[in-house]
Amino acid sequence: MNDAAADQTRRAPREPETPASGGTPGGALDKGRALFRSTEIDARLFGLVVALGVSWVAFDIASGIWGQGGKSVFGGSFLTPRNLWNLSVQTASIAVMATGMVLVIVSRNIDLSVGSLLGFLAMVMGITQKEILPGIIGFESELTWIIALGVGIAVGAAIGAGQGFIIAYLGVPAFIVTLGGLLVWRGGAFALAEGRTIAPLDSTFSKIGGGTEGSLGRLSVDLGLGSETLGWVLGIGIVLILIGVVVHKRRRRRSFGFVTRPLWAELLVVIVGSALVLGAVRVLNAYPWPIRVAARYAEARGIPVPEDGLILATGVAYPVLIIIGVTAFMTFLVRRREFGRYVFAIGGNPEAAELSGVNVRWTVMMTFTLMGVLVAISAAITSGRLDAAVNSLGILSELYVIAAAVIGGTSLAGGIGTIPGAVLGALFMQTLQSGMVLIGFDTATQNIVIGAVLVAAVGIDGAYRRRAAK
Amino acid sequence: MTTASSETMAGRATADRGTPLVQMRDIKVAFGGVQAVDYANIDLYPGEVMGLVGGNGAGKSTLMKALSGAHPPDSGEIRVDGEPATIHNPRDAKRYRIETIYQTLALTENQDAPTNMFLGRELKTRLGNLDDGAMEAAAREVIARLNPSFTNFKSPVKALSGGQRQMVAIARAVHFNARILIMDEPTAALGPAETAQVRDLIRKLEHEGIGIFLISHDIHDVFDLSHRIAVMYHGRIVDIVNRADATADDVLGMIITGKRPGEVTEEERASLH
Repeated sequence: MNDAAADQTRRAPREPETPASGGTPGGALDKGRALFRSTEIDARLFGLVVALGVSWVAFDIASGIWGQGGKSVFGGSFLTPRNLWNLSVQTASIAVMATGMVLVIVSRNIDLSVGSLLGFLAMVMGITQKEILPGIIGFESELTWIIALGVGIAVGAAIGAGQGFIIAYLGVPAFIVTLGGLLVWRGGAFALAEGRTIAPLDSTFSKIGGGTEGSLGRLSVDLGLGSETLGWVLGIGIVLILIGVVVHKRRRRRSFGFVTRPLWAELLVVIVGSALVLGAVRVLNAYPWPIRVAARYAEARGIPVPEDGLILATGVAYPVLIIIGVTAFMTFLVRRREFGRYVFAIGGNPEAAELSGVNVRWTVMMTFTLMGVLVAISAAITSGRLDAAVNSLGILSELYVIAAAVIGGTSLAGGIGTIPGAVLGALFMQTLQSGMVLIGFDTATQNIVIGAVLVAAVGIDGAYRRRAAK
Repeated sequence: MTTASSETMAGRATADRGTPLVQMRDIKVAFGGVQAVDYANIDLYPGEVMGLVGGNGAGKSTLMKALSGAHPPDSGEIRVDGEPATIHNPRDAKRYRIETIYQTLALTENQDAPTNMFLGRELKTRLGNLDDGAMEAAAREVIARLNPSFTNFKSPVKALSGGQRQMVAIARAVHFNARILIMDEPTAALGPAETAQVRDLIRKLEHEGIGIFLISHDIHDVFDLSHRIAVMYHGRIVDIVNRADATADDVLGMIITGKRPGEVTEEERASLH
């Protein structure tokens, strides 16, 4: 056994670039790679972030040339607060579901029913708040939104558990069960409301979907604070948590006498992370309320309007808060809880997991239950944003969700995937769509491009993995 | 063979060694119409290595799966320390401190060595979160004893050599203080140096009073390491012999013909040579 040599190339499994060999003039490159490796940043996630950055700039330039143009740095309309704010809200629904899809795919299953289930659960919540609750607690009660959301989550969990039970305990392949679900729940959504559209929704419930009303800017003003305040509180809070996590990890590894990352790498991670978080807050705060909405609000509250109009920050939208919460929770589940570990163990080797005493069936059923809960949350975001429950909500969502997970590095063979990767994958999918709209591509062209990009992304990823495995 | 005769056989030569660690009585396992294990009886004493030999499909692995909980028997009784034991799944077996090292190396390839060692029995913090630091520290401690040159604690098991993987599996059994260790072809995937390591390890464990079932195709392995050797043929235990009383030829004969040396006809003996 040549452990020393093996260790050389295997020390950093997630940064699979092996040092250039055979006397190539790659000394500086090697050094760069070694430096990068010592930051312990996931190379695949890093690659995705770079791809996002490049595509944002590219879309901005392209929208300046072929689209309507705009006032951003590169003369386009992509890198504007307005577009980026919209992008953040549009990403939310897919991103929330993609985090659950990661666990489903990692455990070697698939869920094709999420789009239909989204439509069904939106309808369940719509009917609950518009047709059932008014008879009990009246219209526009303070409790309406939370009860409706609770019912949606409970029904989502029950349906997910039911599908999971059939898959895990009765042994029907997930592909078939959820393909059935795709038809059943879409039909169910139609049958439930006899094809009607339920609108408008409870005004508090629809804030879950964002908008000027459903953002931290409005909440700040309502609380008598400056419109940007809560956004910054959130941003600084996240930065403090980031620092806390880095310090805690470092201390813990020290206490066991393990090797820690070099200090400069820790600092770099904290500084870059903080800059991204605070930059995002700044951009979202820079998107002002529509002038008329602001004027109406000022009139209602008796706030004096300055000469050039009242500028209030829209700030971070509630769906974005939900993504942050869901991402944090799911990452915690994957990295620090037994459940997450077992999901990955099952993906790696189901027999080994079973022989090690993991309750494989229960764990698989729970991944589908969790998926159902996340679909309910996405359904609240989507219907809240539209302010209506329509039975066509979520059509084709399953494909975007699966694509987001896969672009984010989830392996369809199971065992590999990350939650932040799936969220970035969702952001990437939405970036493509939004960017093409700004350039002026029609829907047909958008679909062709997205389909081609998906295949290319997975193809490149596969080649990368094969090279890394050598 | 009748049940009565195998009773006496299982007890032979070990009558004065106190309570066996494991007693398996009349174990029967059928797959469809095939009797994979046919009323097998076998005992294991503390500090004893029991070699299990036989051709392909003789029922060695199936018999051991009945003990490890991977495939509970259709009928029969298992006693641990003389007390009847209920073993329906691998979790049950682990409660009796029965650990198994599988031929197929039951490891999750996408996870690292500490994760594999503690899979199903993770160390947790007070809040019930996974304590990866403590698990890595414990893994480092055990593995340092088995193979001091091993350092790949963060790599997925996929990136390890066959011997290193086998060591992870053994480290798991050692860490959890196995009393009964089932080793199914522990050296099949290993090179000579690694095989020697595993042999040393078996001797070390045996001195600690652990009872070991050793399944192997390699008759030399079995003769070097075992105290007693059980020969299986078509689901039956043909005989259990003391290593000192048997020759490799006797054992090979039983593996091939399924009969004890005295029962083999001249004709059969001739066809063996």
